[in-house]
Amino acid sequence: MCKLITLSSCLIFIFLAGCSKPPQPSNKIILWHWMTDRNDTFQKLAQQYQQQTGIEVTIQLFPPSDAYSQKIIAAAQANVLPDIYGILDKKSIVAEFIKAGLVADLTDAMNAEGEKWKDSLFDKALADKSFGVGNIYGVKPGIYGVPIDVTNEQMLYNKKLLSKAGIKSPPKTFDEFIKDAQMLRRVGIVPFVSGWGELWLLDCFAFNYAFNIMGPDKIFATFRGQVKYTDPDWIKVFSIFAELRDKGVLIDGIVTKGNKYAEQDFALERAAFGFDGSWCVNVFHGNQGMNPNLDFGAIPPPFISNAYPLRIEGGAGSTFVVNAGSPNKDKAIAFLKWLTAQEQQVVLARETNNLPSNKQALLGVSEVLEEFATGMDQSTHPNIWPLNEDPTVSEAFDKGIQDIIIGEKTPQQVAQDVQKVKDLQSSKGKL
Amino acid sequence: MDRKTKDASIFKDNLQNFLFVFPALSIFCIFYIYPFYKMINLSFYDWRGIGPMHWIGLSNYQELMGDHLWWDSIGHAGYITLIALTFQNMLAFALALACDREIRMKRFYRLVFFIPPVLSEVVVGLIWNWILNPEMQNGQHIGMLNHFLFTTGFPQLVHDWLGDPRTALTTIAIVHSWKGFGWGFIMLLAGLQTIDKQLYEAAKVDGAGSWKTFMNVTMPMMLPVILVVMILTILGSMQVFVLIIAMVNEGLVNHTDVPVTRIFSAMQNTNRFGYACAEAVIFGTVLIGISFISKKLSDKARQV
Repeated sequence: MCKLITLSSCLIFIFLAGCSKPPQPSNKIILWHWMTDRNDTFQKLAQQYQQQTGIEVTIQLFPPSDAYSQKIIAAAQANVLPDIYGILDKKSIVAEFIKAGLVADLTDAMNAEGEKWKDSLFDKALADKSFGVGNIYGVKPGIYGVPIDVTNEQMLYNKKLLSKAGIKSPPKTFDEFIKDAQMLRRVGIVPFVSGWGELWLLDCFAFNYAFNIMGPDKIFATFRGQVKYTDPDWIKVFSIFAELRDKGVLIDGIVTKGNKYAEQDFALERAAFGFDGSWCVNVFHGNQGMNPNLDFGAIPPPFISNAYPLRIEGGAGSTFVVNAGSPNKDKAIAFLKWLTAQEQQVVLARETNNLPSNKQALLGVSEVLEEFATGMDQSTHPNIWPLNEDPTVSEAFDKGIQDIIIGEKTPQQVAQDVQKVKDLQSSKGKL
Repeated sequence: MDRKTKDASIFKDNLQNFLFVFPALSIFCIFYIYPFYKMINLSFYDWRGIGPMHWIGLSNYQELMGDHLWWDSIGHAGYITLIALTFQNMLAFALALACDREIRMKRFYRLVFFIPPVLSEVVVGLIWNWILNPEMQNGQHIGMLNHFLFTTGFPQLVHDWLGDPRTALTTIAIVHSWKGFGWGFIMLLAGLQTIDKQLYEAAKVDGAGSWKTFMNVTMPMMLPVILVVMILTILGSMQVFVLIIAMVNEGLVNHTDVPVTRIFSAMQNTNRFGYACAEAVIFGTVLIGISFISKKLSDKARQV
């Protein structure tokens, strides 16, 4: 009998242990992030914040970003999100988080003191997690995220390799780029590398040219189903990749190459041009950078048409949101306000080689980061577009481009395939 | 003891037994049964991982039936499994036979052959990525394989092994077999060492040659072990995933897709959790079917 009572007590204790009180306000904030390269600086700043305010900020790192993304979704389902976190997903998913009451509306805090906080940050970075009046997601208009840094993806060029091939300045037009690539090939230098085994980067490059060739209205009309992917302008976009392949511009194995490998190739001077985000400055020149002596610059991809301006993808790099259900919501907002103030942003920019989200902190960044900063003016991002393509269609689009690169399909065939997927999704009422 | 006391005693015993089993049972239910039920349940919904769930009945399954990329991926996994079953297991058996004899340094060989399976799949993928690298720098092949082919007089064989749809899947299957043959080797070697040596001596006395001894003594005695190795190979190869991600990222178009990468892609790239669950249910059913058939075959072989 004694055994029975002991066992029952143990079980009851185990069950009761799971029934704790709801979290109470405290002087401790928890932040989850995914940025390995920024973790040390975040920890240092958190300590500094504790000394100044007495609020303890626990910074917890969960890399890589894919796993972090899944962790956030799982934590949201179990309602165990921390006070501050990031949502790395598409805007439609961010909208679902907001509608589920998991993200705080920061509009009032941003607009306080004559919009001081809001004005200090880059508009395009703020737009990443902002929703306007009448947005298609049905979210209450407002600002829901705090950008910690900004980023954009541009073309990189290795100054030493270009000069070795007799190229005096980086190309401005696509024709010049092809000509440069052929000059590089003649001296045995691979012209271009990028991590196009990761579809988002390939998609990014393709849309730069889609904006250049047909402009935003036609792109969005395609998303709405009013323009077909078999339209000559889209075929022009697909044909760019056929030309890059035929003219020997691309490094071998580009369609299975991860971005880390592509960065390694560029850092080891195996290719003269690259396509990467502004974070690459830290990857190459950071404390444990791949090649601190790499002499490179950044330019927007060379334009192919004069019809519309070429847009590069960019905006908020890393954005944090505040858990609307957190008892420490106000303290979390105060910490993020402090983290994005000029002084802290200068530290972050200096130590992590990233573009700061605070406009006043731009002074003193390296030359190549300044080049990336210049590109912010012509940047755009799917998160600020009025609507996005269905993910299944996007996947067919990107895989289709891979098909062109490996020579399995022509641009026309890929256009037809993508349109078929689009029609199928439309027939299901998904668009 | 009257009936009432006896009943109370039985009840107490049962309750006690149940309470002892309860923790393990609850863990099993929470971590196995509930997720399994939830996965089947979610497969009937259109859900993006967060937000409202829309009941769509069998629509996910209906779509899956016509999804040629999904069926292609099962075919790819089947192809990898076929290469593993033949190339990998034959290599493992041949090496096990060699190491079962009195040869020099056989302990060293056993150790060497067991290194690939204990390496992480990510590490194996990265090592082979380096070996198969198709790039050139300063006129030299960076990848070890292409460099070897070029310098040994076979420049026509230099190739982008993972970037060509004709060779990518076979290359992955061979790397998978290289990584996996050590398990089969150890199990088959253990099986060979349990065969009574007197049987070989008797066969020798009867005048049987090496081939006859192998076919009439070794093979019948090894059949149960071979079947176990085959079942494990099938289940392991059908679920290959990490190696593919490590070698070709999101895949060479769809030529290197296998069911697990399709499930992952449905969740990660297109946020279709319901569809991913339907894929998982179908794939799980295929694996259960394979295991069931293998078990029946294994039982039959044991009886023979």
